[in-house]
Amino acid sequence: MSVAIQEQDFDVAAELAAMRNSSNKIGGMVTFVGLVRDFSSDGRVDSIHLEHYPGMSEKALDNIISVASARWNLISARVIHRVGLLLPNEQIVLVATASQHRGEAFAACEFIIDYLKTDAPFWKKELTPDGGNWLETKTSDVQRIKHWSAKNGEAA
Amino acid sequence: MKISLLYFGRPRELLALSNETADVPDDISTLGALLAWLRLRGEVWNRELADNRVRCAINQDFSGLDAGIRDSDEIAIFSPISGG
Repeated sequence: MSVAIQEQDFDVAAELAAMRNSSNKIGGMVTFVGLVRDFSSDGRVDSIHLEHYPGMSEKALDNIISVASARWNLISARVIHRVGLLLPNEQIVLVATASQHRGEAFAACEFIIDYLKTDAPFWKKELTPDGGNWLETKTSDVQRIKHWSAKNGEAA
Repeated sequence: MKISLLYFGRPRELLALSNETADVPDDISTLGALLAWLRLRGEVWNRELADNRVRCAINQDFSGLDAGIRDSDEIAIFSPISGG
């Protein structure tokens, strides 16, 4: 279970190989990779600037992974979030989970990225031909969180 | 009291400030009162630190405007988060 916040890119294959090699009990791994798009609802996006709150962001991600681990039987979880200037098509974030059976890895991976969006202190500014704008927490992301608490009873 | 203030996201950029140590009057006892006090600094402060524009954390925990503040707290003021 580990978290990294870094400027440099990450190698998904290397991360998954390390996860796979960490245990012979893993039956499945699930990954989510978030990428920079070259558009938004307002038009073209040339790049994004990402910043975080050092100290709190690591703590928040550790906490999200702890909550996921208490809810599902995870063998491993890895979150890497990049900061700094990122160009379209670049990787922003990796969430990878491993468990004995796929269901738990799928659910935990989705849970972690959903909570990352609402609970981890990162900020994204889209740089556009007109200047730029700071993105804010989307209502749809806040709504997604509610479905996790609604499903509380059925956690495996 | 001395409060360590950190700014992130939109307010950091528009206030052109990422951190400071502020000497806050002792009768400012909540986060909401602190924001109101900071808004007196001028037009851009008044606009960017409006209650409905910012979120805050006290000692690295998200906190509401009615949360109490104390000497030597680390208080972060930021626009709504947008990671991932």
